Amino acid sequence: MSGHATEAPPVAAAAAGGLPRRLAGLAVLWLVLATAPLWMPLIGGYDALATRVLVLGLVAMSFNIVLGFTGQMSFGHAAYFGLGAYGAGLTLKFIAASTPLALLFGTLLGGVLGTLFGLLIVRRRGVYFAMVTIAFGQVCFYVAYKWNDLTGGYDGLRGFQRAPLHLGLATIDIAASSRVFYYFVLVIFALAVGAMALVLRSPFGRTLLAIRENERRARFLGIPVERHIWLAFSVSCFFAALAGSLYALLNNFADPLALHYTLSGEIVIMTVMGGMRAFWGPLLGAAVFVVLQDYVSSMTENWMSIIGIIFMLVVLFFPRGLLGFMQRRDAR
Amino acid sequence: MSGSAMLEVRDLSKHFGNLRAVQGVSMTVAHGELRAIIGPNGAGKTTFFNMISGFFPPTQGEILLDGQAITRASVTERVGMGMARTFQITEIFPELSVRENLRIAVEAQAGMMRRFWASRSEAAAVAAETDRLLAQTGLTPSADRLVGELSHGDQRAAEIAMALALKPRLLLLDEPTAGMGEHETYQVASLIRRLHKQSNYTIVLIEHDMRVVFNLADRITVLEQGAMLADGTPGEIAANPAVQAAYLGSAE
Ligand SMILES: Nc1ncnc2c1ncn2[C@@H]1O[C@H](COP(=O)(O)OP(=O)(O)O)[C@@H](O)[C@H]1O
Ligand SMILES: [Mg+2]
Repeated sequence: MSGHATEAPPVAAAAAGGLPRRLAGLAVLWLVLATAPLWMPLIGGYDALATRVLVLGLVAMSFNIVLGFTGQMSFGHAAYFGLGAYGAGLTLKFIAASTPLALLFGTLLGGVLGTLFGLLIVRRRGVYFAMVTIAFGQVCFYVAYKWNDLTGGYDGLRGFQRAPLHLGLATIDIAASSRVFYYFVLVIFALAVGAMALVLRSPFGRTLLAIRENERRARFLGIPVERHIWLAFSVSCFFAALAGSLYALLNNFADPLALHYTLSGEIVIMTVMGGMRAFWGPLLGAAVFVVLQDYVSSMTENWMSIIGIIFMLVVLFFPRGLLGFMQRRDAR
Repeated sequence: MSGSAMLEVRDLSKHFGNLRAVQGVSMTVAHGELRAIIGPNGAGKTTFFNMISGFFPPTQGEILLDGQAITRASVTERVGMGMARTFQITEIFPELSVRENLRIAVEAQAGMMRRFWASRSEAAAVAAETDRLLAQTGLTPSADRLVGELSHGDQRAAEIAMALALKPRLLLLDEPTAGMGEHETYQVASLIRRLHKQSNYTIVLIEHDMRVVFNLADRITVLEQGAMLADGTPGEIAANPAVQAAYLGSAE
């Protein structure tokens, strides 16, 4: 290695010599997240905005399992997110006032439907895969939109509240305090991305990189490509649905727009803007997107065009996304 | 050795519309044999490989691997039965390091690819096997570089190393020295020789460099316009008037 150190490409160099730096980066990341409610107000934020960053960061990171790690263009990920939101909301409204149950049923609804849908599409590639995934999202959107009695239709699903957590002796009141709820979401987020990291760094996770890099070579190594794309898609849907369930708890509300392709597009923007080749890229993208959206939408109705311009600039000047760019500079 | 041949191909044809890319070719490759396939561009050599490796099904004919019919088996099944191949145009994972490329192949061979975890000892075994393959193919110095940034020759070597990671009983190499200079060609040729002579691999080699072919091959099959023109030892092929007229004469 030593003879090649100077000419080694940055990505490999970062991976080879960067363990202490990676750990330092992780420490900073978790410190920033753990203290977010304290410093968010300094930049005009608030607890619920910080929670929104985590929730949308989680769905973008879930989405990135398919886009950045497996290399497939799924452009309808709002579907599984929205199904998670409705699953959680309907559970709280009609089944039981239990937050864990809401998370469980929401995650199962989006995860299982996404997994079944995945079976139908694993042979599609590129733009066909993208179109079919968008179409599934729109089908879910119209069902939620039209099924007034169950979902509340256009007005969305109301009349449910996240319930306090009962842990044996103690009760944690995530219902009344938005700050306590932030930390609750942070714990779930940490568990979820921990599981995600384990999956992506496993032998299975490496087969996904193989498929992204060269499907033909992957196949001729004996990797059953379709099955692995399906598994990756399924895992991604479960995490996206978990994020959606948290979203319903955050807002005490679920509406059809959580299923709409506009949100799917925003998830793509967050992911690409943050950096789809980096594990944490989508979280950074979500943070930038959510905070900008909050600021700019209070100033102008055209907040999307501002975000659009920023997105264009990022793609043009930092094709690897914000985090990809930072890591490259770091490695030099 | 068992009674059956390592690879037996019977009356194999592939038609693309009106084009008869391969027409009624039969071939038997014994255990431990190194078979070269030669023929001018467009003779159907790669198409022949594509049928053997399961890239697409033949229009007609049968393929047997160690006595077992595999004509309709999927690529995954054929790899599972011990077949590995390289491509005329290198197929690797360009944005991963050489080590990662090989690690994926080693893990696939070890049956770990559906696993969400690997024990410390499994990971160590994978790393050791990866290191061995790096050394075997001369890639140790560039192990941590992105494979897409290596020289053409080293990329070809990395693809061969990935095929070797599968511990194949039958190795198919499609023009491994294509586009290589003198020195790189020599290195690849001596790697193939070692694999054949020392490790006793059964190899089918498509190759355009006649020095490589006549130095390495036990037997040579000559294709022309999809059909088999000749089949024999290097001596027989060199002396064959039809081959001289149709191919060697024009090439040299
Ligand atoms: N997938 C395909 N579809 C249509 N024609 C093909 C295909 N693959 C190969 N051919 C044609 O079959 C003939 C043999 O090609 P090939 O097997 O690549 O020859 P070689 O490897 O001997 O140079 C050529 O005329 C080529 O154009
Ligand atoms: Mg060819």
